[in-house]
Amino acid sequence: MEYIIRFLAGGLCVSAFAMLDDVLQPKSFAGLFAAAPSVALATLGLALWKEGGAYASIEGRSMILGALAFAAYSFLVCQLLMRWRCSALTATASATALWLVLALGSKQLILGQP
Amino acid sequence: MMVRANWSALGQTKWYEYALRFLLGGIVTVLAGWIAQSFGPETGGLFLAFPAIFCASATLVAKHERERKERLGLSGVRRGIGAAALVAAGSGWGSIGLASFGLTVWLLASPLPLGSLVLACIVWLAVAVTLWRFVNYRV
Repeated sequence: MEYIIRFLAGGLCVSAFAMLDDVLQPKSFAGLFAAAPSVALATLGLALWKEGGAYASIEGRSMILGALAFAAYSFLVCQLLMRWRCSALTATASATALWLVLALGSKQLILGQP
Repeated sequence: MMVRANWSALGQTKWYEYALRFLLGGIVTVLAGWIAQSFGPETGGLFLAFPAIFCASATLVAKHERERKERLGLSGVRRGIGAAALVAAGSGWGSIGLASFGLTVWLLASPLPLGSLVLACIVWLAVAVTLWRFVNYRV
């Protein structure tokens, strides 16, 4: 049941921000909403309800590292598109490897937990 | 640079594209919860900023811009790639806002459980829009 609620909450939050992304002009401004806290809102809302503030706080701390990795990811996607003329799907999918390395690596380095 | 809303863009998105984003959003949220339960909130928290949705959004923006050009009988490949690159540049600033969101939750979730989420949303929007305005400022 909990996973169904997660699925519906996540789907709704992501769809709402994605519609803003579609509608807003210029596209560089709409891009702000491509990095909206949609998954975070659904997940942290449930975490606060089920696990309490201390648990959500730990997730928030790690989210900072994930978001900084997202900034590097966006930069790489931009370069792949503009300099190498990759397709949007190729650029975004291949840059995911950088996000994983940076997010997990920085968590290991800074937070030091397994 | 003026920000405006082009509501007709909603009609350009097909029903299966809405369904795909709903599905992706649901799956990523379920995965983030599963990772937090299996590996702890330190690892789960990272995936609150996972760019899975960005992949679908940028691909759809590129496709829509390309199709708009092709309806006029022109090649829209470059236009599509350029639009996706603009979205990527904007999401770079948005992700700094996303880090501010995480920072607010980290500092305030214990003393102010629900208020921290509301405040984090305000901080995210303020930081992201301020950075975008600063970078795109023209006299």
